[in-house]
Amino acid sequence: MTLATDLRQADFAAALLDPERPCPANLVAWNGSDPSARFAVYRNNVVFSLIEALADTFPVARRVVGTESFCSMAAAFVRGHPPHSCVLAQYGEAFPDFVADFVTHFAPAGELPYLADLCRIEMARVRAYHAADLDPVAPDAVNAALACGEDIADITLSLHPSLSVVESDYAVASLWAADQTDADADAMSWDRPESALILRDGLDVLVRPVNLGSARFVQAVQQGLSFGSAAAVAAHGRPAFDLSATLTMLVRHSALTAIHPPFREPS
Amino acid sequence: MPDALGAMPVSGLPARVGLGLKPQHFRDVLDACPDIGFFEIHAENYLVDGGPFHHFLGRIRERYPLSVHGVGLSIAAETPPDERHLDRLAALIERYQPAAFSEHLAWSGHGGRFFNDLLPVTYDSPTLDRVCAHIDRIQTRLRRQMLLENPATYVEFSTSTLSEAQFLTETLRRTGCGLLLDVSNVHVSCTNHGRDARAYLDALPLDRAGEIHLAGFAHDADAIGAPLLIDTHGTAIDQAVWELYAYVLARTGPMPTLIERDRDIPPLSALLAEAGRADALLATVAEPPGSRLPRLQGRIS
Repeated sequence: MTLATDLRQADFAAALLDPERPCPANLVAWNGSDPSARFAVYRNNVVFSLIEALADTFPVARRVVGTESFCSMAAAFVRGHPPHSCVLAQYGEAFPDFVADFVTHFAPAGELPYLADLCRIEMARVRAYHAADLDPVAPDAVNAALACGEDIADITLSLHPSLSVVESDYAVASLWAADQTDADADAMSWDRPESALILRDGLDVLVRPVNLGSARFVQAVQQGLSFGSAAAVAAHGRPAFDLSATLTMLVRHSALTAIHPPFREPS
Repeated sequence: MPDALGAMPVSGLPARVGLGLKPQHFRDVLDACPDIGFFEIHAENYLVDGGPFHHFLGRIRERYPLSVHGVGLSIAAETPPDERHLDRLAALIERYQPAAFSEHLAWSGHGGRFFNDLLPVTYDSPTLDRVCAHIDRIQTRLRRQMLLENPATYVEFSTSTLSEAQFLTETLRRTGCGLLLDVSNVHVSCTNHGRDARAYLDALPLDRAGEIHLAGFAHDADAIGAPLLIDTHGTAIDQAVWELYAYVLARTGPMPTLIERDRDIPPLSALLAEAGRADALLATVAEPPGSRLPRLQGRIS
């Protein structure tokens, strides 16, 4: 009994994502019509609704490649990588890697080497939007910590859970920003490296172009390195790295959520 | 299993019109505070750690009763409900204290994959046993009665031995869960399977209904050109559905009624206009004698 039932839903499930498979054998229609035309509604619902979910998460990528190209790329992704969770806000984490592979094989997406990194920014935005709420440390506490002299090298910082970094060989943060303002992305010089910081400040998700030093500093802090070590990693080979500008930006966007150990004024 | 029919309250929602809460309407709702009975959310959209969804839902919950409607429990799946998903739902329910929790007579996942669609069920005895066991587990874990929604379907199974109305009636009787009567689904399924919608409704235990859903659908055709309606939630509510709704209200009296819209979301004002039409129908039905159900504590134990 259980086995027969298993086979039924397994059959149904397999045929949903594979248009080459026949529709399940035990389907009927009241009027004797071919049930495969009716089963097609389910196939269409599944693939189309998941394409819609991807289009919601990657609107800039959709505009850049055009809706038709985006849908064929997304349909291929949906069939090969259906979601594992019913929480669709998480769906698409594997899409940027899929796009990176896709663009090397298909035109016109093949003309868009930055597309995968653009998708990484969009996925990071959704993650930031839904990330946990955490209060920033008070600016006074930051200033006090900065004033503590040499001990500062040993402190560690906690950053807001919404914060992430996308490093790219292309100017993807600028491309993303150009899309928001309807600027002509074709006219942009995108063929230069750029990193992006993605974070939520209050209710708003921000995408900020940053230099590689700032990006590496944030990543090092996220890995748990001490302030001094993170600054050294960021500055290594990058004399232009500006630690105080990076810190100022993080504080201004409420991204610094804790200082360990908590700094106390000397009594 | 005890016969729980009629033994418990059916819903804690007010017998008024509610709207599905859409992110594009968050600010409009807080600014205008429209006079409606409740808001309904899809549970899975709010199973996120923080950010604007919780920010706005918290504020809206302070002003309105809430209905939590799940789409991912996959009640009719072969495997029991995912315990981690139940844990997350329990936390959401604890946080927002909704007046009702509902889910679908359908499955939406298999083998660790989620299909994001409500897939059809074989109406036979083993499936009935399984669905009832899953609902028992859900109601026990969530420590409250749930409402079960009748499905919109496009195919039937040659292996079914019960009618959909028999299957639903028996499920409600065995588990004590309430009925979320989706009137649009009744119209869609009855059209798609050549059934009489009013006869179908007459065969359901409407006294177990705790909420009504109304939504729009799209028109298609099957392989020989017979009408095939697709449950899209993407258009205004059809006249045929309004007429069925009036038929139901004449039998149930006033019912919490949701205007469901999940695609091509119009401005809030358009949904409020549809809510107004439902309100007018609600106003025409008096509370029938003997229908005063004990009002809602919404918890089983």
